[in-house]
Amino acid sequence: MTATSSGTFTPMPGAAPLPRQVLAQAGMEARLMLRNGEQLLLAVVIPAIVLVGGVKGADRIGLDFSHPPVDVITPGVLALAIMSTAFTSLAIATGFERRYGVIKRLGTSPLSRTGLLAGKVGALLLIEVLQVAVISGVGLALGWEPDVNAVGVVLAIVFGTAAFAALGLALAGSLRAEATLAAANLVYLLLLAGGAVVLPTSAYGDFGEFARWLPSGALGNAMRDALTDAVVGWRELAVLTGWAVAGAALTARTFKWE
Amino acid sequence: MPVTPAVSVDGLVMRYGDKVAVDRLSLTVEQHTITAVLGPNGAGKTTTLETCEGYRRPHEGTVRVLGLDPVRQRKELNPRIGVMLQGGGAWSGVRAMEMLRHLAKLHAHPLDVDMLAERVGLGDCGRTPYRRLSGGQQQRLGLALALVGRPEVVFVDEPTAGMDPQVRRTTWELLEELRADGVTVVLTTHYMDEAERLADQIHIIDHGRLVASGTPLELIRGGTVTTIRLVVTRPFPPGAPDSLRAALGTETVVAQLDDVSLLVTGPADASTLAKVSRWCEEQGVLPESLALGQRNLEDVFLELTGRELTP
Repeated sequence: MTATSSGTFTPMPGAAPLPRQVLAQAGMEARLMLRNGEQLLLAVVIPAIVLVGGVKGADRIGLDFSHPPVDVITPGVLALAIMSTAFTSLAIATGFERRYGVIKRLGTSPLSRTGLLAGKVGALLLIEVLQVAVISGVGLALGWEPDVNAVGVVLAIVFGTAAFAALGLALAGSLRAEATLAAANLVYLLLLAGGAVVLPTSAYGDFGEFARWLPSGALGNAMRDALTDAVVGWRELAVLTGWAVAGAALTARTFKWE
Repeated sequence: MPVTPAVSVDGLVMRYGDKVAVDRLSLTVEQHTITAVLGPNGAGKTTTLETCEGYRRPHEGTVRVLGLDPVRQRKELNPRIGVMLQGGGAWSGVRAMEMLRHLAKLHAHPLDVDMLAERVGLGDCGRTPYRRLSGGQQQRLGLALALVGRPEVVFVDEPTAGMDPQVRRTTWELLEELRADGVTVVLTTHYMDEAERLADQIHIIDHGRLVASGTPLELIRGGTVTTIRLVVTRPFPPGAPDSLRAALGTETVVAQLDDVSLLVTGPADASTLAKVSRWCEEQGVLPESLALGQRNLEDVFLELTGRELTP
């Protein structure tokens, strides 16, 4: 550098330490998601309604579980909430970030692609903590008496987030923003209805054998294993790992930054 | 010790399908200058800039910014450059100052964001969500985002498009202050006055090719060349430009501007003027005015490319 002046704009370039960048990115993305009404509906309100409706309805139509309905449905709704955030919200947000040039803008900032990805995962985990708190609160109010394996819960959340985030990014990186919005919501509804996420695979009869291989069924079962029987659902975690690897490979091949 | 150029582009070729957008382009940007890449829409300015910014990989040729490969060495290079995009680049719901603060956090020694917002004229819209900012306000935020990390080189793509004249002048002063403080500014523009006022060096691009480089003065003067604008009372007979050119000699260029006016570019000395009047007499046309003038960049561009820069 030959500049001798020390004006306002005299160059002094440098990247912030990576952890600070990731934290800033995670905080920003979480804030923007929570500021968005639809996202909040998807993250907290719909799962809470499903939980209350599910527990009341199960009593009426007499679904036969090995445990009280609230003990089975609350873990399922936690899984649903994870799915809505890691898949639907992430896909929609990322789709519009591509559309608005946010990813392009960040592409010339010091934030690396790894940093961006870490920031997104951080934002998801922040929101998931909030979701778990709210939904557990509603569950406990409805008389939920969980039998907790904390390691199992954390692993289910982490592996479920990885699987659904990888799939959500694959979707957002290849379709236009509007198409991503439509597809992400459609897939969410289909998995909510038939994906064995809220209700155990055993409630689906023969279809349950298929549903347990879906990421939704695997995440739902992993949460139920950890919160009703206090065990780690290793088989389910393996299924989620498979989906995460497949989604990540697809994302790496197809993701367009613009 | 030779100073590394801020940007060096060597034999760059960029294609979109069959269409060649940039055609063996070579140019250099020296450090601590304002350098303008001038050309009409679709000339390949943005494509060239985006290759420097690491958004595109050169199809042929090489691009270096501060001696670094913008794609392979982006981790090293990115903190040292600032980029102002032509539009967009922010979440629709993010507030202007929030976006600026966010970019600041990604850098080690960012500028004071309140001072910067004040300088670019964002003062009163700091809490406005991005989607509600006017086009000009979005431009100003874009400029602030490019500067906040205290870069060595800033790339600004059409920086004043959509700005009102007052803000435009403030922006020019800001870019001049950047140069004074030791920042290299690379800007694309299709405004002549912007390039003429700001740039130390101008590269004129057309159809993806470099057609001329130089300081504004070099380009305008081009040696002793000046212009004679000849306006007559009645339309010229057909073939008038060729006939005048034959009368004046091969050093001149004659362009027909409309039915009654011709632009002669060449050595506008007494002998040329005498020849022009004699030619008028021979052709039986009566000059209404005969104006001598310096070329401006607009004329230079017209000569080099055969078309107007701004439609």
